[in-house]
Amino acid sequence: MSKISVSNLDFYYGKAQALHGISLELPANQVIAFIGPSGCGKSTFLRTLNRMNDTIPNTRVEGEVLIDGKDINEANTDVVALRRKVGMVFQKSNPFPKSIFDNVAYGIQINGIHKDKADLTARVEKALTDAALWNEVKDRLNTSAFGLSGGQQQRLCIARALAVQPEVILMDEPASALDPMATQKIEELVVELKRQYTIIIVTHNMQQAARVSDKTAFFMLGKLVEYNPTDKMFTNPNEKLTEDYITGRFG
Amino acid sequence: MSNLPDQIEDLQPKRRFSSSDKVYRILLTGCAALILIIVITMLIVIGQGSWLSIREFGLSFLFGQVWDPVKGEFGALPFIYGTVVSSVIAVLIATPLSIGVAVFLVEQAPRSLARPIGFLVELLAAIPSVVYGLWAIFVLAPFLRVYVQPPLQATLGWLPFFKGTPTGIGMFTGGLIMAIMITPIITAVVRDILEAVPVTQREAALALGATKWETTKIVLANASSGIAGAVILGLGRAVGETMAVTMIIGNRPHISASLFDPGYTIASVIANEFTEATGDLYLSALVEMGLILFIVTFIVTALAKLLIMSVGRKTQNVA
Repeated sequence: MSKISVSNLDFYYGKAQALHGISLELPANQVIAFIGPSGCGKSTFLRTLNRMNDTIPNTRVEGEVLIDGKDINEANTDVVALRRKVGMVFQKSNPFPKSIFDNVAYGIQINGIHKDKADLTARVEKALTDAALWNEVKDRLNTSAFGLSGGQQQRLCIARALAVQPEVILMDEPASALDPMATQKIEELVVELKRQYTIIIVTHNMQQAARVSDKTAFFMLGKLVEYNPTDKMFTNPNEKLTEDYITGRFG
Repeated sequence: MSNLPDQIEDLQPKRRFSSSDKVYRILLTGCAALILIIVITMLIVIGQGSWLSIREFGLSFLFGQVWDPVKGEFGALPFIYGTVVSSVIAVLIATPLSIGVAVFLVEQAPRSLARPIGFLVELLAAIPSVVYGLWAIFVLAPFLRVYVQPPLQATLGWLPFFKGTPTGIGMFTGGLIMAIMITPIITAVVRDILEAVPVTQREAALALGATKWETTKIVLANASSGIAGAVILGLGRAVGETMAVTMIIGNRPHISASLFDPGYTIASVIANEFTEATGDLYLSALVEMGLILFIVTFIVTALAKLLIMSVGRKTQNVA
């Protein structure tokens, strides 16, 4: 069964319709990449999966988003619990104005996941290790997170998301503000993390999608144009439009 | 690139500093310089005016407790005490209130509600001080005398702050009316600071399963130094506030632990006694009061601006 199953999803900003009848199945323990030109709705779609669009006034969602078979848009959905289960990493790294340790500990603490202080410390170390950051920060856990480089900050944000033990991780262009070295580290991390998590990554970088993802979805003008295994998408796509976009004929 | 010759011509000095631009620049520089000149001149004049008093009393002016113009004895301590205590009361009451209102406006209220309420708060700042004073005398003081001060005394009367006769006039009421007067400025500044906190900070907290309140705490953590600045800005306003306080604080140069007792502030004594200051020393003592007030508010406001500026820098780092 799919981890996430979306059918006939429409999304509106006020009167403007941003997503038109999106239907797709997102399998567990895979990396799925969303590609498409700016404004095609891929980020909006990503944000419907943890209801982050709720924070934007005058938005409306229609259709069905099932996660583990449960419709997340039902009135009785516990949004706080949903977001704990579906973590998110943003385009710009956004650490809190706290120490490195406290940034990672934050989600654990507010959700009351840890048993005691020692457990909290262990969980923070595990999250930082999983985010491939532990060795770089273990000697300065109590210093400000703003002292880290951009790439380190982004991995810190990934560690922060991992710490609350989500099942799905949404990544909204996580490497778009990073240099090639830092980007490579994030990409290696993404591939590593799919063993434990379902990862959905929005990217503008076609090579990145080809490198990290198992399946790729191509969006345009709020519609899902094609959704196929990444190998097929990049070698022999079904749609002419996909081929034109991937080969750089527009966009 | 076809208009390259035009561009080169643009760069020539005679076009860059045309005569109208020169006038414009001189005019603006003049305006800016005028502010500096006014402040410096003020400081010089106040310094000169208070020279007689400074020479006569020296530092003992700051610690003297007697204010007796007839005998020529001038001590500023009761006024400094009254200014500090009434301002601290004002800030203690206004700070949580202002932060609450600002958080409501930015984090909770729908836009249709946030606008009118924000407007009303700003309107509060536009009410003349003397009107606040009248309202305090006719509404606030009687209300406090009957409904607030007696129960306060009954429950917390063992504290020195709440001893004495609750008359409605005094330090407590003076502090309260100032609290109401500085709430708009603190609220407005805190609101702007909260709005400057990047949306990504809120989304980061929400994405980790934070509740609305937990998210607000993250926003407040981002804004903390700016909020401190806003509070100090409010403090600066309170320290210099004159009219409303003069009307309600009781105007007695007397140091008393009880907040129900009348007090006096620096600004009030200047306003009350300047016109009747006979004698050079009397006048000079009042001017020295002004000097103290000038320096205190200057430092307080500068500190506030520095703190508020530091938020801008911090949020830029985050983004």
